[in-house]
Amino acid sequence: MNTSLGSTARLLGAALRALLVLTVVTGVLYPLAITGVAQGLFSHQANGSEIKDADGKVVGSSLIGQTYNLPLKKGEQTPSPDLKWFQPRPSNGLGANSVNTQYRLILSGATNRSGEDGAEHDPKTGKAYCPAKPAEGTLCAQVMDAEAAVVKDNSVPGYKVDAAQIPPDAVTSSGSGLDPHISPEYAELQVHRVAERNGIPVSEVEHLVSAHTEGRTLGFLGEPRVNVLELNLALKELTG
Amino acid sequence: MSSALAGLLQLLALIAALALAYRPLGDYMARVYSSDKHLRVEKWIYKAIGANPDAEMRWTAYLRGVLAFSAVGVLFLFGLQRLQGSLPGSLGFKSIDPDQAFNTAASFVSNTNWQSYYGEQAMGHVVQTGGLAVQNFVSAAVGIAVAVALVRGFARSRTGELGNFWADLVRGTVRILIPLSIIGAIILVACGVIQNFSGIHEVGQFMGGHQQWNGGAVASQEVIKELGTNGGGYFNANSAHPFENPNAFSNLFEIFLILLIPFSLTRTFGRMVGSVKQGYAILATMAGIWLAFIGLMMWTEFAGHGPAFQLAGGAMEGKETRFGIAGSAIFSVSTTLTSTGAVNSFHSSNTGFGGGIDMLGMQLGEIAPGGVGSGLYGMLIMAIIAVFIAGLMVGRTPEYLGKKIGTREIKFAACYILVTPALVLGFTAAAMALSTPAHSMTNSGAHGFSEILYAYTSAGNNNGSAFAGLNADTQWFNTTTGLAMLLGRFLPMVFVLALAGSLAEQKPIPASAGTLRTEKPLFTGLLIGTILIITGLTYFPALALGPLAEGLAS
Repeated sequence: MNTSLGSTARLLGAALRALLVLTVVTGVLYPLAITGVAQGLFSHQANGSEIKDADGKVVGSSLIGQTYNLPLKKGEQTPSPDLKWFQPRPSNGLGANSVNTQYRLILSGATNRSGEDGAEHDPKTGKAYCPAKPAEGTLCAQVMDAEAAVVKDNSVPGYKVDAAQIPPDAVTSSGSGLDPHISPEYAELQVHRVAERNGIPVSEVEHLVSAHTEGRTLGFLGEPRVNVLELNLALKELTG
Repeated sequence: MSSALAGLLQLLALIAALALAYRPLGDYMARVYSSDKHLRVEKWIYKAIGANPDAEMRWTAYLRGVLAFSAVGVLFLFGLQRLQGSLPGSLGFKSIDPDQAFNTAASFVSNTNWQSYYGEQAMGHVVQTGGLAVQNFVSAAVGIAVAVALVRGFARSRTGELGNFWADLVRGTVRILIPLSIIGAIILVACGVIQNFSGIHEVGQFMGGHQQWNGGAVASQEVIKELGTNGGGYFNANSAHPFENPNAFSNLFEIFLILLIPFSLTRTFGRMVGSVKQGYAILATMAGIWLAFIGLMMWTEFAGHGPAFQLAGGAMEGKETRFGIAGSAIFSVSTTLTSTGAVNSFHSSNTGFGGGIDMLGMQLGEIAPGGVGSGLYGMLIMAIIAVFIAGLMVGRTPEYLGKKIGTREIKFAACYILVTPALVLGFTAAAMALSTPAHSMTNSGAHGFSEILYAYTSAGNNNGSAFAGLNADTQWFNTTTGLAMLLGRFLPMVFVLALAGSLAEQKPIPASAGTLRTEKPLFTGLLIGTILIITGLTYFPALALGPLAEGLAS
């Protein structure tokens, strides 16, 4: 009994020493070395790919999506979008910091809503469909509300948005809630509104969008996209 | 170019990269675990541990090493989280509650990386970098060590000796995981993954005001999170967060890292048992299932099944613009067919069938190609079952790689395949029968059931991905998923090592005319069939209540 207890203790001691040594190697030396190399060679990327406006002021990261809203008015629950600027995707899954209240961190996250959230079933065929008035907060309702808002916000005299032309990214939330991009189709759809609100010709805004449309990396990786912050920065420069 | 065609090209590029790495990495790993030389740094480490790396261990001693190291790992990580509030470098984050600290410790030591906490608001630099990321390395090294021990069981004869656990653990970390991580981390930083210790700081915004960022050693952790098939994100959004996965190239690179070691280990296996063709048969089985699952996932995700997706015009909910549907589908299948569980899109918002494919991928036992090490030993267990079934058909004692599959061996294999389903279905049934666990669901109906089935599937199979609609930070879920993760990791290891010991004692039997040729395509077909039938029979009733019911209705 004593010998087996003793051998167990010796074994656990060896295990603890192994863990501590490997902690020093993989948890201290390795991350410090990587940080050193990263800061030395790629300090822009390693520190969050910050982006500056024309005055040299940091206005965020080219990788992190932002909101372009008007200041919250009295009695308003959620701020309304500032339609002068290109708008990002919805981000209904973003959370607010709730544990460590000394910070106002934005918590990345998705809605985690399923494709049949808020749907009803046809009693005859059993098929699921989004009803005309889905329960509030469900994905059916989120998509429907977003579609209505996109149509209303982007229809300007001489340019009527049709619900069928709205791309999916305009009415769905991304996985991180921080998606910095929109699809070129969604950017295109906002061109007339942005031109009108800023009092500049449509062709100039169109030119801006096409200049900021990135194709697939190497021609086949990922999807074509437009970085909203970079686009808005260019727009700001254009409108002065 | 259409999105589907671009997706196909991405898949081909990924396969080409994996194929290029397969032989050199597989052969290198075989040399690592067969060499009798020690590097200088390894000698220092053995000295510090106080272990003799040349002492051969029987299966019981090897198992004791695995269990002792893992037990110490759980206690250490638990303690680190409980003390976080008093440690420097914790960014002011509080100590983690006991039930959540237990869950997280079990999760990272068992290579699961299920997370019931929000990374950016719960864990500071010390716990993330000095605790969680360390387990990302060593839990992966333990997995490979156990797989190598099983391979030695096949390769060796008339001995009970399986190698030295400490040597395998240290070599896997020092010679395989660290060098690959260094290269990968630098590539990721160049893409835009952050790597700093600036903590939480304010950054200006376009519309004025500030936003708060949580800085950290993300790239160094991201790379081993994928390479070691761990999956625990630095941020809550995991690899969907732009600071973890900034562009389409980094996305494909991360998928490559997930699959690199699990696929290449089949070459290592072939080398060590003296027939690379045996490795190819296993590889073909893994790759066949993986490709079929990607095909199915692409089909349902591009079709966008589900009323809300039809309304939106595509299944982009929970997906990032830069990856699109193809880049998300390949990631999603690769993370659930390995034990990774990192996500770049949110599985709860996959189509009903898509969510089912994710679940089925894990329920197959994560063997196509599976977690680092665990995928190989899981697949070899299935190979033994397949050989056994073939033996029953012709009425002859089955053999595999020159070893008899007798009563003892088949008992160990059968116990192995029973553990996880028992955990998954047992805990799911208990959660559904009790009244409080159901309060954690976000969605109702079939999808709500899927959330709970997914949670225990993920925990029992050591995956760690989630139908994140489920609020898993409750005492019930923290405790039960924690237990499922520990039992789902270490009980199978007991049977694997027992089996390895039993095989190593046998004397080899020469192949005869009646021996099943396990390096031929016929065997690959038999193996795939065995896997699908055994898993199908086990999980079909539960899947029918969740994803199938949902998928058929939409």
